[in-house]
Amino acid sequence: MELYSDFKRKDDISRLASIISAEVEKPVNIMEICGGHTHSIMKYGLNIILKDKINFLHGPGCPVCVMPVKRIDEAVKIAGSPGVILAAYGDMMRVPGTDSSLIKERTEGRDVRMVYSPLDIIKIAEDKNNKDKKIVFFAIGFETTTPMTAALLEEIIAKRINNVFIHANHVLVPPPINAILDSGDNLIDGFICPGHVSVMTGSGIYSDIPRKYGKAAVIAGFEPYDILSGALLTVRQVNEKRPAVEIAYKRAVKEDGNKKAQDLVNKYFTVRDEFEWRGFGNIPKSGLRLKEEFKNFDAEYVFKDELEELHLKAESGQSGKENALCKCGEILKGKSKPDDCPLFGKVCNPENPVGACMVSFEGACAAYYKYRT
Amino acid sequence: MCLAIPSKVIEINDDNTAVVDTMGSKRLVSTMLLEESARIGDYLLIHVGYAMQKIDEKEAMESLNLFREIESKTADDGVER
Repeated sequence: MELYSDFKRKDDISRLASIISAEVEKPVNIMEICGGHTHSIMKYGLNIILKDKINFLHGPGCPVCVMPVKRIDEAVKIAGSPGVILAAYGDMMRVPGTDSSLIKERTEGRDVRMVYSPLDIIKIAEDKNNKDKKIVFFAIGFETTTPMTAALLEEIIAKRINNVFIHANHVLVPPPINAILDSGDNLIDGFICPGHVSVMTGSGIYSDIPRKYGKAAVIAGFEPYDILSGALLTVRQVNEKRPAVEIAYKRAVKEDGNKKAQDLVNKYFTVRDEFEWRGFGNIPKSGLRLKEEFKNFDAEYVFKDELEELHLKAESGQSGKENALCKCGEILKGKSKPDDCPLFGKVCNPENPVGACMVSFEGACAAYYKYRT
Repeated sequence: MCLAIPSKVIEINDDNTAVVDTMGSKRLVSTMLLEESARIGDYLLIHVGYAMQKIDEKEAMESLNLFREIESKTADDGVER
């Protein structure tokens, strides 16, 4: 068995597409939550193969896309502080803030570094040249990625490293989904749930979707076979009026998830009362911050004076605003598609992104642009 | 962010790290988050340098067979299900 190629064979894709087409009674609206799913759907043309049968609505599962401008402004502000090394994952670097971006700060001479892993932060901290620096990790990601930031904290504490700080922007999947469903004016019949978030959390986090809202929920992997088998199970739940949480990615997702990772996250993080999302505004209990006992590692505490200046500016309306024409907010809620946005492909493209949905590797706009033909 | 890649374990170290082969490239990853110890030859899902989970090859085979069986059922008795 070939774990890579076995899940993307053309004959399987055709076969599954035929089965789905035969079973769809009336066109089904399925929201895939995760940007990785959006990309795979576009890459393999699954939306085209299933045209008129399944309408894929793109959800908010792109941690870079949902980051509001003011969090970028905080990263930029911290990067400009003396003695700081600001480290972030690659696709955060180019997201535009109010006046600047991390990549722009780098070209202006600030020490901003791209990392592939929290393990890179340890390497930066262990470099003797950096012992007097403040290394700040702009930590982003959903439940897939939060455990890695927790593992970083575990390791820096064990190694008695005291010059690494976390600016925590970790977010949770269920709250924006509930916000979309609470708004009532959605046409969603079911959800394809994020496979790798579910590896960590298990399947229980989606239980509101069928129980409270009566919608289908199927956890799927990212290869075309995985997405199509997930879509088929969703169609069957809809046809049979049998909403439930089902795991279609059993080779990686266990019902209880990864308890070790969950415990590590619960050790270091607590849920914020409020967190702002691009496109949604504030969603209560949707983001994580470091627990009070770890405040010495929390960049929002250590840099609170610098950030306070920034917050005053934002309150007076001088910063923190997104471009008025950018439809990223609507796109993240599945209400618009990238090609509905007046800026798409013209003013806004991967070389000159206006909004986060175009910058991020997982953004719907980036996917539409890349696979446009 | 969501994209994690299956990689085969080729070496295990005693400091919670392992060397894995991802489509021909070798790299060092952390095994700190794994609930069960990894063994050589296991396939692990790797995300931002950490192993998240061992891939269950038996489940992988079963899920591949699941929908292939459906088509052969249809062919056997000519009835669409």
